[in-house]
Amino acid sequence: MAMNDKVQSTGRAEPAAPASRRRFLKDAAGVAGGAGLLALGAGMYAKQASALPATAIRPPGALPEDDFLAACVRCGLCVRDCPYKTLKLAELGDGVATGTPYFEARDIPCEMCEDIPCVVACPTGALDRTLVDIGKAKMGLAVLIDQENCLNFLGLRCDVCYRVCPVIDQAITLERIHNPRSDRHAMLLPTVHSEYCTGCGKCEKACVLPGESAIKVLPIKLAQGSKAEHYLRGWEEKEAAGRSLIGDQVELPVRGLEGKAYGDTRVEPGQGPQGGAPVPDYAPAKPAGGGLDSGWKP
Amino acid sequence: MSTQLSSGAAPERKVPPTSVRGAAMRGVVARPGREAVEAKGWLRAHKWLLLRRASQLGILALFLVGPWLGWWIVKGNLSSSLTLGVLPLTDPFLVAQQLAAGQWPYQEALLGAGIVLAFYLLFGGRLFCAWVCPVNLVTDAAAWLRRRLGLKGGKVPSGSTRYWLLGFVLVIAAATGSLAWEWVNPVSMFHRGLIFGFGLAWGIVGGIFLYDLLIAPRGWCGHLCPQGAFYALIGRAAVVKVSADRRSACNDCMDCFAVCPEPQVIRPALKGVGQDHPLILDADCTTCGRCVDVCGKDVFRITTRFNRSES
Repeated sequence: MAMNDKVQSTGRAEPAAPASRRRFLKDAAGVAGGAGLLALGAGMYAKQASALPATAIRPPGALPEDDFLAACVRCGLCVRDCPYKTLKLAELGDGVATGTPYFEARDIPCEMCEDIPCVVACPTGALDRTLVDIGKAKMGLAVLIDQENCLNFLGLRCDVCYRVCPVIDQAITLERIHNPRSDRHAMLLPTVHSEYCTGCGKCEKACVLPGESAIKVLPIKLAQGSKAEHYLRGWEEKEAAGRSLIGDQVELPVRGLEGKAYGDTRVEPGQGPQGGAPVPDYAPAKPAGGGLDSGWKP
Repeated sequence: MSTQLSSGAAPERKVPPTSVRGAAMRGVVARPGREAVEAKGWLRAHKWLLLRRASQLGILALFLVGPWLGWWIVKGNLSSSLTLGVLPLTDPFLVAQQLAAGQWPYQEALLGAGIVLAFYLLFGGRLFCAWVCPVNLVTDAAAWLRRRLGLKGGKVPSGSTRYWLLGFVLVIAAATGSLAWEWVNPVSMFHRGLIFGFGLAWGIVGGIFLYDLLIAPRGWCGHLCPQGAFYALIGRAAVVKVSADRRSACNDCMDCFAVCPEPQVIRPALKGVGQDHPLILDADCTTCGRCVDVCGKDVFRITTRFNRSES
């Protein structure tokens, strides 16, 4: 090697064997140590930087992140076969492991191709080919994360996330609840069901809010709590066993609600304390002592 | 560091004062090959260089005409690619890391790595470095500029660092269970960057250029790169070799030492140190053919390892 040669030629004439062996060992230790440090640095950098940003979604069929980082060779074949240019390879500085594929739903969401070309293209198994039904993909989980700005939560009928969902009425449903603000309207709340959501991100893309979306696809690990395994859900146990595990419960009649199912307190028109008397029309309270009345009625 | 010592006593050849130390003179020799240009003409004195650049840029172009023009001849990058929709090629260095990290790839990757492995096993491992790897363009540019600017000295790590680094790269892959080296690997990063976009990877490529230019002559490709070390190990028994078959005509001008990216491989063949045949069998030789180009006396030629003749 160049160095050894140089050292030998400039060094003093020494009795050969032990000194040169010592020097060799010293050199080897230095070289190995230097190389080891370099590799260790790379390893630690990789470990430290392997946390995926919450907005970076892996392609369908991606192995769990740890395995994915061991299997993906960063060739970009999945990116090339993505017909919608959804996938991209992370560049140094993107915060995602350099060269690995990901997409950002607000940017371009996954169109859920039926033949899943990205998975077919992967030569290494980082995208698992046992995924053949894109409906079973779990790229992430949509979460309606901002209930203060979501228009449906304000009582409006935006519904866009629900309308664009490829698994409409399963992955996202509109749940009708009473609007306590106006006290006379309904709110239809977009509600995500983890069982059906593939994490494609079309809802996040479509959200009409000008900047950030109110509904976001997050990595499942972030989006979901872990199940409380120690807590037995009585209704599920009852259904599984075909009967209540603690015996039949005594159902006491509720006065005025005879003939209704136990627990059903809904009041139909014509029922209730007034006994069919019409509900008086809403009239805004008039300020005492006059003032302008625009005559507005809701 | 010749590994193929010839058996039997080497003929007593008087060793001229040329040696690896001559490599240190590459700062002195600013324009190696001037004699060759005079003797053979510019074109013949740059034959292998031009062929090599054509190979490097041609391979790069095959990858780039897809994203640039929509002609999908080759998809992917050097890490793994698919040519014309049928031929899978995968970098065996990556598959080795993957296996170390505990992942068994699909057949395409194994087949692709097998094809690449077989090619370099047969023809010469470090052909990759000289004829394919895009980083060679960067480090060659640094070496050229270094010669022209007359920069001398510098601090070069031992050439065996790369083999240690290769070992540690695999150990780290196993320890972290991920392709840790691929977070920083300038070789795959540069090629991928050219095709898919760089981000901050320019910094790493620029760092290598500056390292080779200002700190360590031929520092990256010749001393540190574990990928080059991997291909050198593959190519130990490969067929295509450079031979100094007209070494009797050598006039000790040192041009070959000045231009060679691995100058330590020349002396055993050219000066018959530790071997009697004129073949450069050291696995570190990248078979770039620059020594063939710059020699005004036509000492070198590219041949096979079976051709030990001397003229």
